[in-house]
Formats: sequence, C-alpha cells, structure tokens
Amino acid sequence: MVLTPILTAHWDEADSYKLEGYKRHHGYVALAKALKSDPDSIIQTVKDSGLRGRGGAGFPTGMKWGFVPQNDGKPHYLVVNADESEPGACKDIPLMLANPHALVEGVAISSYAIRANHAFIYIRGEVPHVIRRVTNAVKEAYAAGLLGQNIQGSGFNLEVVVHAGAGAYICGEETALLDSLEGHRGQPRLKPPFPAVAGLYASPTVINNAETIANIPYIIRNGADWLKQWGTEKSPGFKLFAVSGHVKRPGIYEAALGTTMRELLEHAGGMRDGHTLKFWIPGGSSVPMLTEAHLDLPLTYEDMAAAGTMLGTGTPMVFDETTSVVKAVSRWLQFYKHESCGKCTPCREGTYWISGLLKRLEKGEGQETDLEKIDELCQQIMGRSFCALGDAAATPFPGAMKHFRTEFEAGVRTAADIAFDPAATTIFSKANV
Amino acid sequence: MTIDNTPVELVTLTIDDIEVQVPKGTLIIRAAEQLGVQVPRFCDHPLLDPVAACRACLVEIEGQAKPQPSCAMTVAEGMKVRTQVSSVMADEAQKGVMEFLLINHPLDCPVCDKGGECPLQNQAMTNGRGESRFDGEKREFEKPINVSDRERCVSCARCTRFADQVAGDPMIALLERGSQQQVGISDDQPFDSYFSGNTIQICPVGALTSAKYRFRSRPFDLVSVPTTCEHCASGCSLRTDIRRGNVMRRLAWDDPQVNEEWNCDKGRFAFPYVQEGRLNQPLVRGEDGLLHPASWTEAIDVAAKGLAAASGATAVLAGGRHTVEDAYAISKFARAVLGTDDVDFRSRPHSTEETQFLSSVVAGSGLGVTYADLEKAAHVVLVAFEPEDESPMIQLRLRKAVRRGRTKVTAITSHVTSGNKKLNATVIATAAGHEVSALSELALDANTIILVGERAASVTGLLTAATKKAKESGAKLAWVPRRAGDRGAVDAGLLPGLLPNGNSLTDSSAREKAADIWNVENNTLPFAAGRDFGAIVHAAVNGELKALLITSVDVEDTQHSASTLQAIENTPFVVSLEIRPSSITELANVVLPVAVVTEKSGTFIDWEGRPRNFGQAIREHNKLTDGRVLAMIADAMDVLLGQQDVAQLRAELAQFAAPTNRVDAPSHGADVPNGLTLSTWNQLIDDGALQEGEPFLAATSRNVIAGLNSKTAAAHSIAEGDLIEISTSLGSITVEAIFVDGAENTVWLPTNSGESKVRTNLGAAHGNIVTIKRGGGQ
Ligand SMILES: Cc1cc2nc3c(=O)[nH]c(=O)nc-3n(C[C@H](O)[C@H](O)[C@H](O)COP(=O)(O)O)c2cc1C
Ligand code: SF4
Ligand code: SF4
Ligand code: SF4
Ligand code: FES
Repeated sequence: MVLTPILTAHWDEADSYKLEGYKRHHGYVALAKALKSDPDSIIQTVKDSGLRGRGGAGFPTGMKWGFVPQNDGKPHYLVVNADESEPGACKDIPLMLANPHALVEGVAISSYAIRANHAFIYIRGEVPHVIRRVTNAVKEAYAAGLLGQNIQGSGFNLEVVVHAGAGAYICGEETALLDSLEGHRGQPRLKPPFPAVAGLYASPTVINNAETIANIPYIIRNGADWLKQWGTEKSPGFKLFAVSGHVKRPGIYEAALGTTMRELLEHAGGMRDGHTLKFWIPGGSSVPMLTEAHLDLPLTYEDMAAAGTMLGTGTPMVFDETTSVVKAVSRWLQFYKHESCGKCTPCREGTYWISGLLKRLEKGEGQETDLEKIDELCQQIMGRSFCALGDAAATPFPGAMKHFRTEFEAGVRTAADIAFDPAATTIFSKANV
Repeated sequence: MTIDNTPVELVTLTIDDIEVQVPKGTLIIRAAEQLGVQVPRFCDHPLLDPVAACRACLVEIEGQAKPQPSCAMTVAEGMKVRTQVSSVMADEAQKGVMEFLLINHPLDCPVCDKGGECPLQNQAMTNGRGESRFDGEKREFEKPINVSDRERCVSCARCTRFADQVAGDPMIALLERGSQQQVGISDDQPFDSYFSGNTIQICPVGALTSAKYRFRSRPFDLVSVPTTCEHCASGCSLRTDIRRGNVMRRLAWDDPQVNEEWNCDKGRFAFPYVQEGRLNQPLVRGEDGLLHPASWTEAIDVAAKGLAAASGATAVLAGGRHTVEDAYAISKFARAVLGTDDVDFRSRPHSTEETQFLSSVVAGSGLGVTYADLEKAAHVVLVAFEPEDESPMIQLRLRKAVRRGRTKVTAITSHVTSGNKKLNATVIATAAGHEVSALSELALDANTIILVGERAASVTGLLTAATKKAKESGAKLAWVPRRAGDRGAVDAGLLPGLLPNGNSLTDSSAREKAADIWNVENNTLPFAAGRDFGAIVHAAVNGELKALLITSVDVEDTQHSASTLQAIENTPFVVSLEIRPSSITELANVVLPVAVVTEKSGTFIDWEGRPRNFGQAIREHNKLTDGRVLAMIADAMDVLLGQQDVAQLRAELAQFAAPTNRVDAPSHGADVPNGLTLSTWNQLIDDGALQEGEPFLAATSRNVIAGLNSKTAAAHSIAEGDLIEISTSLGSITVEAIFVDGAENTVWLPTNSGESKVRTNLGAAHGNIVTIKRGGGQ
C-alpha cells in the first residue's frame, strides 16, 4: 500500500497554511470552476463521487446536501463541524493547522452548492492556535475576494464566521452544535425536524465534518471518478488516518480507504521495541476495540461494520501489552460521564453509575456481581439514550469484555496499577527510549 | 361560537395487537391512553412541546431496532406498536430507565411533599424493579434556589418548558451538564412570574415545593373539592385541598375549555383570607356609638327596622365579588324589598355609557367569545385591557395561539408591557383617554376578536366605539371584567335600570314579569332607572340618603376613597354584609358576617359568559350566604322571599326570559382629555383585600414604579430613577420614574400597589388628567 498525499501533500512546505502556498498547488481553482457551474451539478458531482462524511457516521455527503429544500425562501446555512473532541481523534486539527485553505475553499464551494450565504466553522475551543490559523485563512480569502460579496464577479455572496466552542464534547453532535452556535447550552435537539429542513435558526442547514468539506475542492477540480480510484465501491476515496498510541511514529497517514491496520502500523514504524499489540480501536473511543486478529481487515466503513465495530473518525489508537484494559475503559467512562450533557436519563445516570463501578474495579475493590451489572447497565443505555453519546458510552466495556474478560475479573481483587505497571505504559518509560 | 367542521384525518395502527384509529399527528403515548394503556412518563406533558428526555416511555415499534420514545413520535398508518404490555423490549427499556432515575434519588419519600401523589413513586411501583442494585454514593446539591430540592429532580424539564413556552417567563433553566444538571435561576434575575405555582404542580417529583405548603400536610390527610377561583373573571377550575376545615392548598384543575391545566399564583396562593381575621359574629352599634357583638336575631331585627324606616331613601352598593346567585339575591332585595333602583356593583370607576353598554351588549348574552375562539382567531385586539394582570388565563391562551403562529395580537394601551411582549403584540401606544381614535383607525375583519377591559369605562366614547367597530367589521367583541363576580352581577341586574338577564326596568312588561317571579305587587318595584354607584355616593355625601346596604365593597376600589367614606358617614343607617372587618364595617350600624367562597356553593360567570358552578368546600363554619341573610332581613320586614338557598335563587333567575326590549346601545362621542393623563390598571398581585396574609405571594409582586415615555419625562426635567410626584387636586403619589416604550403625555401607575394607591391618594381613574413633577415629597 502506498500513501496518497492529497490533503497532506504540501504540509512540509513552510507556507502550506497561507493563501500563497495553497494557490501554488491549484488552490481555489475548484472554486472558480464551481462558480461557473450550476449548483445542482456540484451536488451531483459530490453524490457521484460517493464521498462519505468523515465525522464518524460515514453518511453520504451528496445525499445530505440533496435533502436541503430549494427555493423555500429561507436562508440556508453551512456549518462545518470542527469540534473534534473524540478521545483518539486528531485529524481535523492538524488539517486546519497545515492546510486551512482547503477547508475554506471547500466551505465556499459547498455553500454555493446548497445556496447558503452564511457559513460557520465551529472549532473546539481548546485549540486557540487552530482557531487563529483558520481565522487568518478566512481573512486572507476575504482580502483576495474569495469570500464576501460578489465572489470573483459571480454574484455569489458568502459570509464565513469562525466560531470557538466552549469545551464540550457534546457540542460535536450536530444538533447540540447548532444550539451552541445559537447561544444556547449545547444539548442535542429532538429530530425530526432534521437540520436539512430546520437547522440553524430553524432554517435548512448542512452540517459536515471539516475533513469532509476539505475533500470538496479536490473532487470538484478533478471530478467524481477521480475520487473513486481509491477505496472501495462503498467507501471511495482516501482518509486522514491519525495513528496514536504505542507505535514508534504516531501521526497522520493519508491513505486510501481499504488500507489495513497492518499497513498503517508499518508506516507508523510498528509497535514500540520489545512490545506487542494488545488491542486497537479503529476510530475513536466510541467504537468497539479490535485485536491482532483484525489487523488485515480493510479499513472501510463496510468492513469495520462487518467486524462489529465502526471506522468512526478513522483515527486508530494502538495499545500494547503494558496497558490495563480495565484502566483504559475506566478512563473512557469517566470521559463520557464528564461529557454527558445530562438531557436524557440513561446516559446521565448510567455513566454516573458505571464510571463509579469501574473506578472501584480499577482499584481492585470490585464486587463479584459488578461485571454482570456493568454489562446490563450498558445494555440499559445502548439504543435507549437520546443521542449517540450515550451509545458511545455503552460501547467500550462490552467490547473490552469480549476480549479481556479475565482482566476485568481480576479487578475484583487486584488493582490495575498492581497488575500493570503504570510507568511501563507511558511514552517516557525506559522501554521506549 | 363557530364549530370547526373540517374532517379529521384518521390513522389506523395497532397497539399491543389492538387496532385503534386516532387523528393524524397524535403522539403514540396519547393513542395508547385511548386503549387504557398507561405508558410511564416524566417529561411528557400534553400542553408542552415534547422533549423525549427522560426516556421512561420507550416502546417497541415493529421494524425499528431500538425502542422509541412514545411521547415524541406520532402515529403512522399501519404502525405496529408494542408497549410494556406486550413487548419485552419495551418493558425492559422502561424498567432500565426507572432504575436509572432512582439511583440518585434521595430516600425522602417520608418527608417529601409529593409523597403519596408522586408520579415517580407510582411509576417506580408499576414499571420499576423491586430491588435497588445501586450501592454507590448518591449525588448531592447545595440548595441555593429557595424551595427546591435538586436531589429530587429528574431533569424532565417540565418546569423550564412551562416557564419558557406557556408563561413566557424563561427565568428558570437547566444548568450544568451530565449528572450535575440541575434547575437554576440566574443570579440577577429572580423567577418573577405570575405563573410559577404551576411548575410545582407539574413537577413529577417533589423537587419544587411551595413555601406555604412545604412540610405541612400529606395528600391522604386532605379532602379535595373541585372549586372555581374567586379572584378574577378568567374562571379557573381549581381543586381546593382541605384538612379539618382549613384550606391547605389550591391547585389548578384540568378544564380544557377554560384554564386547561394552569392557573395563576394569585388563584393558587391567595387564600389565607378565607380563614384569618374573619368576622364571625353580627355586630350592632350601641348607644355608646361602638360596635358590639349581637345575636343574629337582634342584628337582623335592627337591620330590618333601620332599612324599613329609611324607605324611599335607600341605596345598595354591591361590589363585584358575588356569585351570580348572591348577586341576584341583592338585585332582587333592592327592587322587591327596598323598592329602590339605586343599585350598582361597580365600586371601581364607571360611567353611564358603561351602564348602557353592559345593559345592551353584555347582560344576559350568554356564552359569547370563548377561549377556543381566541385560539382560533386570526387577530385579537386588546383595548384598554392588560391580560397578564387582569385575566391571566387569557394571557396564557393568547400566548399559546401566538406561538402556534396563526394569531396576531394588537394592543391599544399606553406602553409596551411585559405581558404584551410575551404575546409578540403590535402595541399601538396610546395616551390614556385617547383610545377611541386609535381603535377607529384599525382595519378589522370578521376573523378578529376585540377584547375590551374594565378601564374602558372611564374613557368617554370608547365602549361606543368598540361596539360600533365590531358591528361594522363583523369582528366579535367581548368585555373582560376583572372581578370574578362582575359578569354575574351584570346578568343578575345589579345595575341601575337593569333587571336580571338583560331585561330593562323601564320595560313595563319586563317589570311585570319580575314582580310576578318575585311574588310582590308590581307597584312596589321602582319604575324609573336609579342612580349608579358614583351618583349614590354623591347623593349620600350630600345627605340625601337615609340608609345604605353595602356588600363586599372595598373603598380602595372606588373612584375616591375619602368621598366614599364620607358618603357612609353622612348616611344615618348603614348595613354591611362582609367577610372581614374593613373601613366600611367600622362605620356601619349593623355588620352581618357572610360566607366566603369556600363556605358556600354557587356560580361565577367567567368573561366568556360561561357558568362556573362550584360546591361547598367547607361545611364546618356554618356561615350564611348573602342571599340567606337578605332573606332573613326581608322576613323581618314582612316580605317573604323563602329560604333563598342557592337552588331557589338559581331556579328563580332561570325564569327570567331573554329581553324583548333591550336597553339601547350607547352612542357617546369621544371626549379627548387635554393634558397629561393617567394610565392605570390593577396589577395581578397587589394590595387587594383578598390577597392579605400571604407574604410569599406578596413578595412576587412587581416593583411599584411610574412608567413614562422618556420625551415626556425630559419635558418635565425628569431622569430615569428620579422620584416623581403625580398629583390631582385631591392628592399625590410619589414613586420612582421608569422609562417605558410608550405614548407621550401619559404616565402609568399601578392602581393599588404599595405607594401607588391611585383611588385613595389621587381620586383618579384611567384617562383622567394628572400633573407630574420631579422630586415630590422627598
Ligand atoms: C457526542 C458526539 C460528538 C461528535 N463530535 C463530532 C466532532 O467533533 N466532529 C464531527 O465532525 N462530528 C462529530 N459528531 C458527528 C456529528 O454529529 C455529525 O454526524 C457530523 O458532523 C456530520 O458530518 P459528516 O457527515 O461530514 O460526517 C459527533 C457526534 C456525537 C454523537
Ligand atoms: S445521550 Fe442523552 S445525556 Fe447523553 S449526551 Fe446525548 S442527550 Fe445528553
Ligand atoms: S424540578 Fe421537577 S419539573 Fe423541573 S426538571 Fe426537575 S423534576 Fe422536572
Ligand atoms: S387566572 Fe384568575 S381565575 Fe385563574 S387562578 Fe388566577 S385569579 Fe383565579
Ligand atoms: S416521557 Fe417520553 S421521554 Fe420522557
């Protein structure tokens, strides 16, 4: 397998984040092309390309755009979801840092396609340097007449607002994000109505992940078939795979969808010396974990689903044998408890309860019945909560139990820190130098 | 009332294998109710927008992998729903949610107000598991908002949605996130809502409690009686909960046609007056000039003799708080026993134009514009009427209509108020007294409803203009009085020249029929129209009257309190029927204690013209109604009226047929005041006599201020926040000036709040000329 540097092609150039650097490599050519064509034809091209959303669920992007009612007399909005807060996910942030203009150009083209004259880029609040960079890119684009009124004489107007989140994972959920953008407390909204019909300010709204939108200029410039040269029929294209954890060279590897984890591991230099893979997670903490046995599966939406997990954000986390799976799951549950928005009962109360039970298992103070109880509680959340955060919270434990039951059973008596030397798992452990 | 004949589209589905047809758009949870299946629920409330937050109501829907919230999902043709009755998936989901809801719930049941009537307790029993599996630490909260136990909260957002959607007072909100989520208020904005009590009632747990009722009683100690609220003409159906002859609390009762499931805080909390400081024994003024307790026999005897001796120079001041039965008894007593037509219930400012309007348009007109009509109307025009203060259920119903997006509201009033903001109303800012031209300029049509308030009476020509406007445009017109007994008093004929059910006293055939029903000689009835309240007071001040019968009048309501007191002082013989001591009983010769609303049965007629019957809630007190007391006096005067119990009075009143010759509609031209005018109405929570003794309620009353336009203020060198003095030749009021978005040359004051006692200190009515100046009596 080879890497497919497209979004990442010029990250090593000193001015990759500047308009000049971006333009040097056909930047904003796609926008000019788009502005000369019919918006519907752009939607059609995106549909034909088979591009799927990179925010986690893999929803076909062109189809989403097609849901927006036309000639309805209401303003339309494009909202870019760059709240990237999922544990393990780190792809949108580097993308925006190194190649913000791909996003800005994508925003302009996408807005034109869905007839939006206002677009918002919602960036997680904890990354001010990224917010600054995207803000500057937007400024540059305005100054160059690539955003604003009558863009390049086309008569198309677009105002772009970069909005900083305030530090809540739930605000990455698209409807909670809309509430947050409107100035409310971020909690998911009841659907229907769906955002495509009544989203931001009750007007038709498209919400896409930052990576999804950054794909658009390349597709428009090169055509739908160009994207299909990579990946599978159901998962065409390439992906920013952000590999993290106990590998020698963690980082972003842009490769075709369908690449295997084994190949990605090779690119990342393999496991730390002297260590072996224990488990890995294909796309953020919200998807079930896999093991060595799954290393040769193609990383596509459909193959991951068939293996009982999800491609998710496509940001594999890799753990070696020094890791206590009990501790890892316990950490994730604390995260979900902390990030639960509180709206619905199963997630609000379930994460409170399960995280408490896991904490005591982690300390070796669990009770015999705890494992069964946690498992049942996870089932009581799964599929019953208001939004996918609850489901995500109910995911790590059953997934981990499938592969590492005995380790959890030990938690009734043995503290995780005794079973697994906490120092050995860190990047500064001797094993790593 | 028009009947909506649009056919309802029906949808057929099965619930637990039983086929059911329901209107399209019905929520699954409601459809299940029709089959008698009670799906558990917390956040669901039929009058609030769904949130699907608590997840207690999950049901299985064939073809869907996950259980779905039945409170948020509407039915579809052919849908197959399975509830806990026939689905393991639904049953397990519901039990799971119930278990989660209980893990952090404190074991407060034995001391919690809700215990015994708690949806959480009940549904934990019906849809929960018997044993708790939770052995961790329960979450705790501090208690910064008064009277809230946040540990008990299940985060159903009913209270916050009520405040936001129904009342339009979004001062409470869910704060924080995850398991720390809690109901809170902002630091600088208290939960100042006239409707806050409803949140206590709809909270499905004991998280919100009333300061008054907290820790006072248990539901099983209470006897609950359906009652009607006596505080305004909205006509709320209430439930009064009684323990050993004492009212413990009052709740809004469900009446979809009237108050739906809501009421206002006055109706809910203003009831201490029924038990505290009551008159319990008749009083008779002795030789020493002092009032002394007397037996009923003695007191009735003195009253009868005094009234008989004054024959030919007596008058009746009735007040607006009577049931229609008592009002009728008073109306009859005046004409048939005292032989006078000097009778009027309008203690507040009024006019002959209004007498004519009420007699010709309102009296005996039956059910007119209804709440349902308001909800359907395309346009509602408020004329000299502030629904949030004067008829709160109209406010809520209009807000509901406006939120649905089909109804727009226009208000002809002095300034933009918090109430009309919540109705998104177009405010035609009009200086008090200038309403006629504002109304005349409006283009209205048959889909419009005009609501005219009680202060219209003091704007010359306004009731004429409203009547004319309705006639010309086809718009419907309704008069919305403030007091619960006002409309019944009109129907009972408590106005000069007016017999019961809209009949005119000067119509000889109507008078004959009345004499017949009352079993008296035709010639004992007066045949010329008498004096109205103001004229009676005027005559009495001049010493022209020998006796006054006064029932439930507060001098603070009357145009000028001092004149009213003077009238009483100048009248040699005064009989007062009252519930509590007042400045009038102090001056009376005979004081006869009568029953309050809880101690009798009767009927209020609400603003719609809808009879609101209620039964006797408290039997222990042995209090007599006004009707019974008057029958005893009549008896002693040798006029036999019978027992005059409620049944008799009702039956008699029903004998009055609709009038054949109505009083003419008013035709008064406008008389525009020339100068700065006073705009005034009573705030919902104010110093009204029936609100006494409830400090928690009083604390929620609005600040006492004078509202005026900034230009008008500037013209008088007044800055915002200055104390200003508003005066008439009779006196002055000094309060803080606040700028309002309103008409120039007019200043607003609450009629009866704190420093602002308009009747006592200014002797003025809405639309009268006043002067203002900076400083005042500092
Ligand atoms: C709890 C939660 C957090 C999420 N966070 C993000 C996020 O940070 N970024 C993102 O693009 N999508 C996130 N999503 C997914 C979005 O709801 C939405 O599906 C996505 O933005 C759609 O974009 P796409 O179609 O381009 O994938 C999150 C979903 C949930 C339930
Ligand atoms: S599952 Fe419920 S509590 Fe959790 S984040 Fe979503 S809406 Fe909030
Ligand atoms: S206080 Fe009561 S009504 Fe309000 S959210 Fe909590 S449980 Fe619901
Ligand atoms: S709205 Fe009127 S009738 Fe209803 S509770 Fe309040 S005062 Fe009583
Ligand atoms: S009642 Fe349906 S989710 Fe609360």
